[in-house]
Amino acid sequence: MITHIPKRLAILLLVLLVVLALFPLWGKLVFAAKFTFLMQKLTGIMILAILAMSLDLLVGVAGLVSLGHAAFFGLGGYMLALMSPQYDAANLWLVLPAGLAGVAAAALVVGFLSIRTSGIYFIMVTLAFGQMGFYFFNDSKLAGGSDGAYIYVKPTVEAFGTTLVNLDDKLSFFYVTLGVLVGVYALLRVLLASPFGRVISAIGVNEYRVQGLGFNPMAYKLVAFTIAGTIAGLAGFLAATQYGFVNPAMLGWHQSGHVLVMVILGGMGTLFGPVLGAFVLELAHFAFESLTEHWLLPMGVMVIAIVLLLPKGLAGLLLKWTDRKEDGP
Amino acid sequence: MDIAKTVTRRTILQAGAVAAVGVSGFVPTRFAIGNTAKVKVGFLLPYTGTYAGLGEAITNAFKLAVEERGGKMGGREIQYVAVDSEANPAKGPENTNKLVTGENVDFLVGPVHSGVALGMVKVVRESGTITVIANAGAGAATGPLCAPNIFRTSFTNWQASYPMGKVAVERGLKNVVTMSWKYAAGEEALAGFEANFTKHGGKVVKQIMVPFPSDEFQANLTEIASLKPDGVFVFFAGAGALKFVKDYAAAGLKSIQLMGSGFLTDGVLKGQGEAAEGVLTTLHYADALDTPENKAFRAAYSKSFGKEADVYAVQGYDAAQLLVQGMAAVKGDTGAKPALIDAMEKAVIKSPRGTFTLSKAHNPVQDFYLRQVKGGQEIVVGVAEKALADPATGCKMG
Amino acid sequence: MDFWFFLIQLLNGVQYGLLLFLVASGLTLIFGIMGIINLAHGAFYMLGAYLAWWLAGVTGSLVAAVLLSLPIAALVGYVIEAVLVRTLYKRDHLDQVLLTYGLILIFNEAQRIFWGNDVHGVAVPQALAWSFKLTETLSYPAYRVVLSVVCGALALVMYFVIAKTRFGMWVRAGASNREMVAALGINVKLLFGLVFAIGAALAGLAGAISTPITSVAPGMGDTVLIICFVVVVIGGVGSVKGAFLGALLIGLADTFGKVFVPDFASFTVYGVMAAVLLWKPRGLFA
Repeated sequence: MITHIPKRLAILLLVLLVVLALFPLWGKLVFAAKFTFLMQKLTGIMILAILAMSLDLLVGVAGLVSLGHAAFFGLGGYMLALMSPQYDAANLWLVLPAGLAGVAAAALVVGFLSIRTSGIYFIMVTLAFGQMGFYFFNDSKLAGGSDGAYIYVKPTVEAFGTTLVNLDDKLSFFYVTLGVLVGVYALLRVLLASPFGRVISAIGVNEYRVQGLGFNPMAYKLVAFTIAGTIAGLAGFLAATQYGFVNPAMLGWHQSGHVLVMVILGGMGTLFGPVLGAFVLELAHFAFESLTEHWLLPMGVMVIAIVLLLPKGLAGLLLKWTDRKEDGP
Repeated sequence: MDIAKTVTRRTILQAGAVAAVGVSGFVPTRFAIGNTAKVKVGFLLPYTGTYAGLGEAITNAFKLAVEERGGKMGGREIQYVAVDSEANPAKGPENTNKLVTGENVDFLVGPVHSGVALGMVKVVRESGTITVIANAGAGAATGPLCAPNIFRTSFTNWQASYPMGKVAVERGLKNVVTMSWKYAAGEEALAGFEANFTKHGGKVVKQIMVPFPSDEFQANLTEIASLKPDGVFVFFAGAGALKFVKDYAAAGLKSIQLMGSGFLTDGVLKGQGEAAEGVLTTLHYADALDTPENKAFRAAYSKSFGKEADVYAVQGYDAAQLLVQGMAAVKGDTGAKPALIDAMEKAVIKSPRGTFTLSKAHNPVQDFYLRQVKGGQEIVVGVAEKALADPATGCKMG
Repeated sequence: MDFWFFLIQLLNGVQYGLLLFLVASGLTLIFGIMGIINLAHGAFYMLGAYLAWWLAGVTGSLVAAVLLSLPIAALVGYVIEAVLVRTLYKRDHLDQVLLTYGLILIFNEAQRIFWGNDVHGVAVPQALAWSFKLTETLSYPAYRVVLSVVCGALALVMYFVIAKTRFGMWVRAGASNREMVAALGINVKLLFGLVFAIGAALAGLAGAISTPITSVAPGMGDTVLIICFVVVVIGGVGSVKGAFLGALLIGLADTFGKVFVPDFASFTVYGVMAAVLLWKPRGLFA
């Protein structure tokens, strides 16, 4: 778990954030016709980045490797789909809290059952629950079964009768997602700096010592699991809002595995690493796919090269790089 | 549904209006480009994973059809853009958007997977992009979700299974077990069979749904053996179909007539070998159809790609035919959308499967053949249903 | 419920379980002794199946094809261990997971480039293309019975090797304490290379000999991977005995789930795994 971020790295990340935030300005000039699509693509990547950060709280911080995290992502999306009236817009101030409460409750139950196990066993228990979630929506007629369900009208965001944000507007939604990304990052940073966060981080390093100090690791793990699940649900809520479509595949283990790859590739326990991981993985996929039909090959080579050359992921490289510069003359 | 319809229709109209303004504003340039700019056709098909073979066949045959027609549509050259759908419904809307918004394609062709189709339909209903579904049989796409810009050159799951219902009764198979994977396509297929089957006095003894995509059938085969039905009707495709037919034969169930929609044997017949002997299927195509169109198509396909064409290739081939006809009617002016759609609606496709037209919901009205495997070959027994149209329940178009 | 019906279903469950054991045994070996979560295990299964299909076409004999694909799978496994996996032993386990994930992508693409996208089937060898007649309508294919016998025999061989031989001692030592193996002066490099090769060969063998009763298709490795992990984890990581019993348990649960609770058949395998791990958080035999 990284607590100290070197100043140079902080500046670099901030620059990257500004570049991203200003994309609607410069993207239009550089990409012209493809601008709208790329903005939507970046929005999608940011949603995955939020999901990856939430998983990092489990994998990188608390040492709980989950292979069922997408279940909460998908559940968040389905919450919106199920609560949206068919012909009308839902009120965000109602469906968002209600949806997240539903996801949190599910995460609490799954977490309560799963955290008794550890290591590979934890991976597999979470996989089992994730797959059960997948089949729940795949097999039932509740929301279109395997075909998925539509959200015809996006939720309204109103205060005192005036619309604050139109989620249908792609530019607005870009900034809403960016706001959530930054907000979740800040929230997790604050959380990890708090006494609670220090215990969670300590559990990730050595659970028995934490227990020896008189804390109950189970309770802390459960809270972390629930928080991570809820944030994943928030990401899923955004994903469902973006295209107005949910499908059981959102909950499946492929999706969970994909996000786990982002976390490891980006650098576990750094929070910003998984965000970078999401961007690199998705943009590389995008680039390779437009270059060759055989995109799996360069993708696989890239993943292996990063594992072999960058021991602590992309974040590790950046940390080493910026730290050395600070130490230098 | 009604209000949702008007909402989306309004958006389509608005999109159309915006496009119209755009076109009128740039008429000179547009016209100038008109003769030189390429028509962009986007493929949203699986090129990796289990369904990769289907994506390949559809793409190949589409290009073949275009080549045979001079390599142009409405006098314009064509540029292809392909996106790997990975048969992943979760990515359906995003991958569609990549073609629609990112590549600004004039036409969209795809997909194989029904879940991906539903995600795709969501996006193109809003964008108004003219789309031809070249495989996915999801009923909703030409049912409640039908739209002026959405066409299909394949089938609906209902349509491909319905004809066998009558055939089964005619052959004296009164008590039948039905079986499929537990997913939307399977449920729609079994419902199609059952509707026709019970209408003619048959009785479905038991419906077995197995988890998707499990291919361990042994327990269910034992169950079928103990039920001793007159026949078994199944919906499986691809690798699962190959395995099911082999397992069925190996379990000694050959004395019970096995029936299915044609996907049970299409493209996997060789791998099934002797196990497929005698299997009855209905489909809108058969390799052995003795028509000049089919013979020419199969010869050209195997010459170009070194392998045999299948039903998926036919669907891709006809997707191209449909677009070529539409584009010919508007002389390559993709901006004339209403006229283009009108021409496509009225198209008469001389397909390798036989000539077909489109229903008001834009789904093929086509003959369904009864086929049986004999001596390792798919033999055409006859026409099971002539000019069968999907009921398109819920479609309020036209 | 008919007694015979129940008995045949029991047979189905055991037979499926034995097959699962064969597929999962290599995974638990690699897991136990090397501590590597090998996601590429399914890819080796696919490799075995494609090699068998391809070589059966070339040589005209499935037996020859299986025998030929075995050393190829082992060799590929050995090379991958020596070139890639070896560099990561001192690193986090998740780095190894990521590496083997990358391997899946490359294997899948290689399959596509070499063998194309079509779905294939392999015929049962003539000598075994007959079946035992159980009831009026139901028979049991001889090939499945032979396959069960092979899986059972292999389980016995593995049990013997692990319980009685020096190599088995290393494996057991490795499963309980990896550092100790090194401390005992065993050539860890060679051992790990061998274990990885054997694991790959077992997966390849499973893929190869099950070709007559399954389909050879793109993506087949991904499907099999998860069920292997379920089996291994239920049994307890590194325990071959555990993998054997876990495989039987899953085989039976899947079979009877489909028969008795068809509406929840999708859940049975995962439900059983979750229940076992909630009861015994480290699997049945770890």
